[in-house]
Order: sequence, then C-alpha cells, then structure tokens
Amino acid sequence: MTSMTRRGWMTVAVMALLAILPPVFYLTGNPFYLDLATRLSILGIAAVSLNLILGYGGLVSFGHAAFVGLGAYAVGIPAHHWLYGGMDFLATTSGLVQIPLAVAVCALFALVTGAVCLRTKGVYFIMITMAFAQMIYYLIVSIEEYGGDDGLVIDTRSELPFVNLDNPLQLFGFSYVALLVAMGLVRMITRSRFGMVLKGAKGNEERMVTLGFNVYAYRLTAYVISGAMCGFAGALLGNFTTFISPEMMDWSRSGELMFMVILGGAATTLGPILGSIAFIVVEEILSSFTIYWHLPFGLMLMAVVLYARGGLVGLLRGRGEDAE
Amino acid sequence: MSAVLEISGLNKSFGGIKATDDLNLSVETGELHAVIGPNGAGKTTLISQLTGMQKPDSGRIRFKGRDITGMAPYARAHLGIARSFQITSLILEMSVLDNIALALQAREGHSFRFIRPAHSLTHLRSEALALLDRVGLADKAEQPTVALSHGEHRHMEIAIALGAQAELMLLDEPMAGLGIEESAQMVELLRDIKGKHSILLIEHDMDAVFALADRISVLVYGHIIATGTPDEIRGNEAVQHAYLGEE
Ligand SMILES: Nc1ncnc2c1ncn2[C@@H]1O[C@H](COP(=O)(O)OP(=O)(O)OP(=O)(O)O)[C@@H](O)[C@H]1O
Ligand SMILES: [Mg+2]
Repeated sequence: MTSMTRRGWMTVAVMALLAILPPVFYLTGNPFYLDLATRLSILGIAAVSLNLILGYGGLVSFGHAAFVGLGAYAVGIPAHHWLYGGMDFLATTSGLVQIPLAVAVCALFALVTGAVCLRTKGVYFIMITMAFAQMIYYLIVSIEEYGGDDGLVIDTRSELPFVNLDNPLQLFGFSYVALLVAMGLVRMITRSRFGMVLKGAKGNEERMVTLGFNVYAYRLTAYVISGAMCGFAGALLGNFTTFISPEMMDWSRSGELMFMVILGGAATTLGPILGSIAFIVVEEILSSFTIYWHLPFGLMLMAVVLYARGGLVGLLRGRGEDAE
Repeated sequence: MSAVLEISGLNKSFGGIKATDDLNLSVETGELHAVIGPNGAGKTTLISQLTGMQKPDSGRIRFKGRDITGMAPYARAHLGIARSFQITSLILEMSVLDNIALALQAREGHSFRFIRPAHSLTHLRSEALALLDRVGLADKAEQPTVALSHGEHRHMEIAIALGAQAELMLLDEPMAGLGIEESAQMVELLRDIKGKHSILLIEHDMDAVFALADRISVLVYGHIIATGTPDEIRGNEAVQHAYLGEE
C-alpha cells in the first residue's frame, strides 16, 4: 500500500475543518456559519454526484439541477398533501418515505432522459440535458396546486428516526455525514472496474467499444447513480431551505454545479468540495457588492480553467502526483 | 481449413468516393492474411467495417460462419475479434498498465463491478504485466501512457490486441512510423503471434508483408484485384502494374 498522498491529507484536513468549525461557530453564537456549512454540504453532495459523470465520465450534463429540484419536490409535495389533504397515498412527512421517493424519482428520470441524451455527443448532449431539465422546470411551473412559479413552503421537515432535522446542528450533522458517504461512494465506484470503464470511455470511446465494452450501458448506469445521488441532495436542500420553487432547477443552477466541479477540480475526490466552498464564499462576498455577481464568478472560472488546469485541487497538487 | 472470416460483396461509399467496392475476402483459421494497397485504397475503412465502427452500404460479413454484419461493435469483440489501430488509439491519461488491464478486464464478461478497486485485482495486474513484458515495456508499466514514445505506443497496441486473446486479430499498419530497429522488433513479435491467432494484417512495409504472410490480397480503389501466396502476388502482372511497379 502506498502512503497517503499530499492531496489525501488535504482532503482529510478540509473535511475535518468542515466537521469541527461550523458547530463551534454555532455554539459560540454565530449560527450563520453553521447554515452556510449545511448549504455547503448539500451543494457538495450535488457537485460530487455531478463529478461522477462530468469529471470521471466526461459527460457534460447541463441539467443536473433538475435532480436537485425533483428531490426537493419529492419532499415538498408529500408534505403539502399531508397538511392540505388530497392524494392520500402520497401524503406523508416521513423522511423514510420522502427520501427514498426522491432517490427513486431521480433515478427513474435519469434512466429515461439518460437513455435519450446518451445517444448524442458533445454539444448536443449538453443541449439535450439542459432541455430535459427545462422541461421539468416548466412542468412544475404549470402545476398551480404546488405553487407554480411562486414555489412551495415546506411546513414540516422530513421526520426521521434518531435525527431531528428541525435542529440546525443535527441537520448539519446529517448533511455532513451524507456528504462523506457520497464522497466515499463516488471514490469507490471510480476506482472499481466499473469506474475504469467509465474513465476509459472518457479518454477513448472507440478503443473501449472495440475492446468489447458497451460504453452506452456503463454511461447510463453512471448517469442513474449520479441522478439518484443528486436527488438525495435535493431532498436535503428542501429540508434546509423549507421553501422550494422551480427556480431551483433553472439552467443557471445547473451551470453553478458545473462551475463547482470544474473550478474545484474535476475527477478528484476533493475537487467538488473545494469548488463548493469557493462558490459559497464567492457568492457571499460578491453578492454583498452587486447583484450581478455571476459575471465576476464566471470570469474567475475561466481564469482557473485557463491558468490552473485541474482546478483548485490542481494548485494544491504536489509534483509527480497525478489525478486519479 | 475453414474460414474464420468471410467477407462477400462489401460496399461502402463516402459521398462520391467508393472506399469499399464489391469486396470479397476470406481469412482461414490460423492464417496470416495481409492486405496491401496504396494510400487511400480503403484498408482502414475495411477494418472499421469488420469491427462495426462503420456500417457497410451492402454486403455480408461472417465470423466463424455467423453473420455479424449488423452486430454492435462491442458484441463482436466478445465473439473474438480484436483490432489494433493505424493511428494509435490508447487512453493517454491512464497508465500503461491500466490500458492493458482494461483489455483483460473486457474479457471477463461484464464490468458492472463497483466495489473492489481495480488496482487490487492481482490477476489482471500480473497478466497485464506479463503482456507488457512480452512487448518489451514491462519497465514502463506505471508510467502515464502519454509519456511513451510513438514506437512504444505501437507496441502497446499489439499488447492490447494480444490481451483480448481474440481468435481474429485485425492489425492496421502496426509498423506505421517505426524506425528500422523498431520495425524489426515488430516483425519478430508478429512472427511469434503468427499461427496462434488468425490475423488480417494491413501493412505498407513490403519486406515485412512478404516475410510474414501466408496469403496476400491487393486492394486498389476499394476492390481486391488479386489474392494469392507471396510468390503468386510477386509474379502477378496486374499487381505489378497497379501497385508494386510504382514502388
Ligand atoms: N469518415 C470518412 N469520411 C469520408 N471519407 C473517408 C472517411 N474515411 C475514409 N474516407 C476516404 O475513403 C478512402 C479510403 O480511406 P482509408 O482510410 O480506408 O484508406 P487506407 O487504405 O487505410 O489508406 P492509408 O494507407 O493512407 O491508411 C479515402 O479516399 C478516404 O479519404
Ligand atoms: Mg489506413
């Protein structure tokens, strides 16, 4: 076994700080930072899930926010019916129903849309993933019952055994652990034989097909795993904000997730986390100056892509350490 | 002897260009069948149709008696067809060893295996290393593929084709761009492989072709103008006129 790389230690350090600092801030009277860290953890899960297909698979999905939104509505809609009646079979505040529902709905959506999207390549893939996401966006907008454009307030958070999501510390803890699990899963998958096929197809599709790999089937599987994982993030985000709206699935939200992955360093374990941190920090700072904060953010992204190949993780990398 | 590969009436056009023109060809089991022809004759296009990356306009391809004309490319690999590329086609961002290990992994059936790290699978690792040793690259195993020379990439191509343990190997100009010494190594390697697999070899290096081939087919403008033993081809007037004479 090789000893841990510099980047391995970096990952441990960043994740340890993320575990320790926010609760300390909270307990010393700065709840704002705990909220930031909760949001960071949730966005981190979404970015980690996108990294599986975008970073390791080379599949530039521009519709990933649809999974966040679907996951959130899988919490919001049952909670809505529980309070206001109707659709009895769906009405519940139980997280043990809502969260699996979020994951299942997103897996199914990924399976159906992925089956179509993955028939296309390059720019077409980007466009069609975006088109499917916009479709869901307009679908939700059109449903009056769930608030349409105005969105939906989640009056009751998901009820789970052992954790109380109404408690900010516990909500953070739950999100943080979920993030660790998501990182671990993606790391495991990408190092497995399945992951080798996914990465190989990114590097050279024709070679992989000629070797006998049904690249389409492997990519579709990765797409479904990624979508399901992102749906879980969406369910958490709904519980965090307690207000959900179609705006969560807007194409610019998908763009932000892409920014996080690319800015942080695609196809690395730590990259999406660094990208999420950078995103949240930049958003907080820039949005306090100007509502047009997306422009400087975009310029920053371009600078990273152009000058620091490999993203923020690339800047930390020691010589001779390769991306895994 | 029976034919492992039978191609009949194959046609393929790109716009106005007929890249494959009523092409008939067979490869006998265990045979090394070379295809020679001038640049742009349609040699690579032929191989791409055999692996399924290009669809023929018409005609039939049979592998071990089975019609594979419309079969998906990955499925043909499972039947036992491997290819090396004229323009090196490797996964440059992966290590040399990983490139070879993937070829071995492809043989295992499916790779929907998510848990164990691929690098911990010693059976794949050691067999890949043995293959690299066979093509003289064992000491480069852990290097990123992109760091190797053109000649080393050509040898990797062969190692990958070997790793597939395919009955039929389609080798597209394995000597392209190699120096004299490297070419000699490659000829030795091919001589070593010969007889263990059925081989369709495309090659411009005439010395190599005449030294290695059991039979030679001459492809001109997408059409096979002659097939025969090296001696027959050497003596064939049409061939000399169309191709060899121009050398
Ligand atoms: N994808 C394509 N689209 C259009 N034309 C093509 C395509 N592939 C090949 N051709 C044309 O078909 C003809 C045969 O090409 P091919 O690459 O098969 O020749 P080749 O015999 O392999 O040549 P070389 O010795 O240079 O490798 C050429 O005229 C080429 O320009
Ligand atoms: Mg060619």
